[in-house]
Amino acid sequence: MLKDITLGQYYPVDSFLHKLDPRTKLFGTMVFIISLFVVNDIRAYLIATLFLASAIWLSQVPLFYMVRGLKAIVFLLLISVSFNLFLTPGEAIFRLGFIKITREGIQISAFMGVRLIYLVVGSSIMTLTTTPNQLTDGLEKSLNFLNKVRVPVHEVAMMMSIALRFIPILVEETDKIMKAQMARGADFESGNLIQKAKNMIPLLVPLFISAFRRATDLAMAMEARCYRGGEGRTKMKPLRYGRRDGVTYLVFVLYLAAVAGVRFIG
Amino acid sequence: MGIKVEHLNYIYGQGTAFEQHALKDIDLEIKDGEFVGLIGHTGSGKSTLIQHLNGLIRGTSGAIYFNGKNIYEAGYNMQALRSHVGLVFQYPEHQLFEVDVFSDVCFGPKNQKLSKEEIESRSREALTMVGLDESYYKRSPFDLSGGQKRRVAIAGVLAMRPEVLILDEPTAGLDPKGRDEILDQIERLHKEQKMTIILVSHSMEDIARYVDRILVMNHGEKVYDDTPKEVFMHYKELEAIGLAAPQITYVVHTLKERGIPIDTNITTIEEARDEILRLLSK
Repeated sequence: MLKDITLGQYYPVDSFLHKLDPRTKLFGTMVFIISLFVVNDIRAYLIATLFLASAIWLSQVPLFYMVRGLKAIVFLLLISVSFNLFLTPGEAIFRLGFIKITREGIQISAFMGVRLIYLVVGSSIMTLTTTPNQLTDGLEKSLNFLNKVRVPVHEVAMMMSIALRFIPILVEETDKIMKAQMARGADFESGNLIQKAKNMIPLLVPLFISAFRRATDLAMAMEARCYRGGEGRTKMKPLRYGRRDGVTYLVFVLYLAAVAGVRFIG
Repeated sequence: MGIKVEHLNYIYGQGTAFEQHALKDIDLEIKDGEFVGLIGHTGSGKSTLIQHLNGLIRGTSGAIYFNGKNIYEAGYNMQALRSHVGLVFQYPEHQLFEVDVFSDVCFGPKNQKLSKEEIESRSREALTMVGLDESYYKRSPFDLSGGQKRRVAIAGVLAMRPEVLILDEPTAGLDPKGRDEILDQIERLHKEQKMTIILVSHSMEDIARYVDRILVMNHGEKVYDDTPKEVFMHYKELEAIGLAAPQITYVVHTLKERGIPIDTNITTIEEARDEILRLLSK
């Protein structure tokens, strides 16, 4: 019952994008997002579309998974498109009472819609091809410079990966305790809100206790292996750029140059 | 009447990439008052099977009859079934939650909507059965030792007065003394209360010593269903599926191979002792 929950949306296949260093993908996603805000011209949109389409093709993730992320922003998309459509002043091409649609309005709202969709699809490509752990690894390494201003980058990254690791464990534990209490006649479904909240006590108390027990066990195990934070710590699998990362960075730079070229040179 | 399982199948995650046939066409019958042992390698489907018996998991196909009634029939009272078929999970002490031992044991009977007096008398009775006296009643369950916690948890199920008691590895992680205490109490329940017991265990010694009948599971299928002596005769086949016979069975087989005319039909140390004494006195 609870086991159906999936975390993140990593899609396990072995593609070019999956094999890229997470830092490359983070940087690439950032470049793509920035480019979307620079773009204001149909030619530049074509370049962005080409870029996005080739990324989707390279990822070997079914398109359905990318589009699924859009469901969350349907409402936002509708609002921003219709506001731009109806409220942009300019040359009117359609009029009904006080409602008028302008040529500029159509153009801006179309660009706005495409921009939002690309934004979501672009960032889902990253989360679909990178495991949460790789992502924290990549973030940790990219943000390492913040250490200089006393931000505990390693500690925050470590906490993030532990939290991610614990979610499936706790889900399984919840399932187990729930069944054990149901075997003793507990009822988690019927009753009003207050009754339901009260019925959760036999589930939540053991769950908290077990979470704390696991946390102290883990802390003990880490200390037993002399964990003392990130300073001077090496990794078993350090992130290392390969040739494909170099090529990808080059593509990013060329892409950014092309988009900027269209905007500023014409 | 007991429990009867017919052609039970359970497929986990049907229609997804994670589809797994966890139980394959299980047929079995457990009669009232039996003491049955259930063994199998990790992942063989033991835990899945026992969760079907009190309706926590619903089979994909097949039927389960409890006292002659099909539990999958529309309108069957699952809540009532769960109080007739008590299930003690692995590490049951992890499900304790109340402020004191007595209230935790009361949780089950309280869900059965009994009167306050009845709840208390059943809980007292259950705690006495597991050997915990009144001095424990007001203590926090979290301050007890591992073995005591487990006994409180078992009492929590016994307080519902089940007709069938299923225990999933009740002795895992206990020291030898705690293990013997728990198993002896379970045996007493079987002998004195005539309770039907299904014991899941990894210890062949425990199984051989207590149960009348063994069910062996492998990859979701029932492979043996017989008395301990018959099942442990197949110790070579058991090894092939990651199980074993009690150590004493290996000893008598080795003695036999060395030319000593010992009866190899032996599963407990006591039997072996008597047999060896018999041979020596000849």
